[in-house]
Amino acid sequence: MPDHLLEVRALDAHYGDFQALFGISIGVSQGEVVAVIGANGAGKSTLLKCIAGAMPARGDAIVFDRAPIGGLPAHVVVARGIALVPEGRRLFPSLSVEENLLVGGQLGRPGPWTLKRVYDLFPILAERARQPSTSLSGGQQQMVAIGRALMSNPRLLLCDEISLGLAPIVIRDIYARLPAIVAEGISVVIVEQDIVQALKVANHVYCLQEGRVALSGEARAMTREKIAAAYFGV
Amino acid sequence: MAALVPAIHALLVTTTWMPGIKPGMTTERTGCDVEWLNTILQGVLLGGLYAMFAAGLSLIFGVMRLVNIAHGDLIVLAAYVALVTVETLGINPLTSLVIVVPVMAALGYILQRVLLNRTLGDDLLPPLLVTFGLSVIIQNALLQFFTADSRKLNAGDIEIASIQIGGGLAVGVLPLLQFALAVAVIAGLQWLFYRTALGRAFRATSDDQPVAQLMGLNNAHVFALAMALSLAVVALAGVLLAVRANFDPSIGPARLIFGFEAVIIGGLGSLWGTLAGGVIIGVAQAIGAKLDPGWNLLAGHIAFLIVLALRPQGLFPKVQG
Repeated sequence: MPDHLLEVRALDAHYGDFQALFGISIGVSQGEVVAVIGANGAGKSTLLKCIAGAMPARGDAIVFDRAPIGGLPAHVVVARGIALVPEGRRLFPSLSVEENLLVGGQLGRPGPWTLKRVYDLFPILAERARQPSTSLSGGQQQMVAIGRALMSNPRLLLCDEISLGLAPIVIRDIYARLPAIVAEGISVVIVEQDIVQALKVANHVYCLQEGRVALSGEARAMTREKIAAAYFGV
Repeated sequence: MAALVPAIHALLVTTTWMPGIKPGMTTERTGCDVEWLNTILQGVLLGGLYAMFAAGLSLIFGVMRLVNIAHGDLIVLAAYVALVTVETLGINPLTSLVIVVPVMAALGYILQRVLLNRTLGDDLLPPLLVTFGLSVIIQNALLQFFTADSRKLNAGDIEIASIQIGGGLAVGVLPLLQFALAVAVIAGLQWLFYRTALGRAFRATSDDQPVAQLMGLNNAHVFALAMALSLAVVALAGVLLAVRANFDPSIGPARLIFGFEAVIIGGLGSLWGTLAGGVIIGVAQAIGAKLDPGWNLLAGHIAFLIVLALRPQGLFPKVQG
């Protein structure tokens, strides 16, 4: 196996008696963008939660920078350099835009991302810095959520459905910033329902179906037929 | 359950205990108006102490949705810690704060990490029951070690010093100091909550615990810091209470109720509202006591009920989360 920054090896996950993931194995190399696609309930968000430490996992099922991190609590995982942009943005409603960003950066991990760099990436946030985070539009809130995750200077950024509930023009706008983020040497895992968007930005694609990897390969080599078969299992 | 019955009984009985309000702080009485003005002034100054009882309670509920039933008993515990410190080292009670505040803060951190964090979850009942049990344990442990005798801390000359403010009115230096400290505590907490990284962490954790954890905040540690801060305020309140009036192991639950009432009157989540709530209860009690000494506590509770009936959300509500 090539030397991956993140390796998920035969990961299972459960919600009570319900098993959500069955032996998932994926790899993410340094500076690579990996897309995880799949229908609703395929286990995409569960996979990200396991990696981020928000759900229990077998210790050696998740290996980051050659160290097993499965089952470590979330605040320890983020200190190792994995940040999650949670589904539905989940900004802190009683904090201003800037305070949301500062909470993301409170671990003080060294790296390129500072308040100023985040504002350079999303200039509109500098104008709205003092406003309550809830007063922003959906797209702007998503920018705060991404900026907040970047403030911890992660080596691996996990993005859960960042296009959810946003207008196509706003989605394009947000995805247009991705190259600038990857240019800093960060690896990115994107969970998306918007397959066209996912294929456009990703190097590698995994398609999940009912908790299993149904398809995996180079994004360029994917065809509509292959994805449709893996997506729906027909 | 059988053990709870006497404890509940004690809770009900102790609420009728009379706090040591010191009437007639005026050095001369030049008329009815001055007396009333004086009554209200004393009530306001007493309200500062109640605000301090309430601030720690409000802080804990705000950050981790924990209703600390043992809060009043922790105030009394702080008074006894001060008593031991004063008797052992032979220092002034106000100087003993240098020791009592850190000791109580450390106790708060440990209490939260070892015990209370285990009770937190989606259900509000376990922390309620555990802190209720803690209340019973603290009361009985104090009774065991210090007996039921009333005690008081003697702060020396400052206790009888007063300042003439004209028109025949005078205020005691100690009540004034107590009120100034209450304002300082509220202002300090306000500053900490809205201007510092720790306050940001408190608010973020209060908003959304799982996401706060994803941002690298260790909730167990954040909660323990909040409890340490709460018990630091408790320590201050406990020492001031012990200097102001007699105390014994059973008076905690009544302090808890004054604190609760101040929080509810002020509106949940509003620190300055808590000060206003404390002042309203203090003034109501002072006016009640002036009309008839037996109405002292009743008047405070009635003021609370009136506010609850007319403005159930409190005077300065602050919607959280």
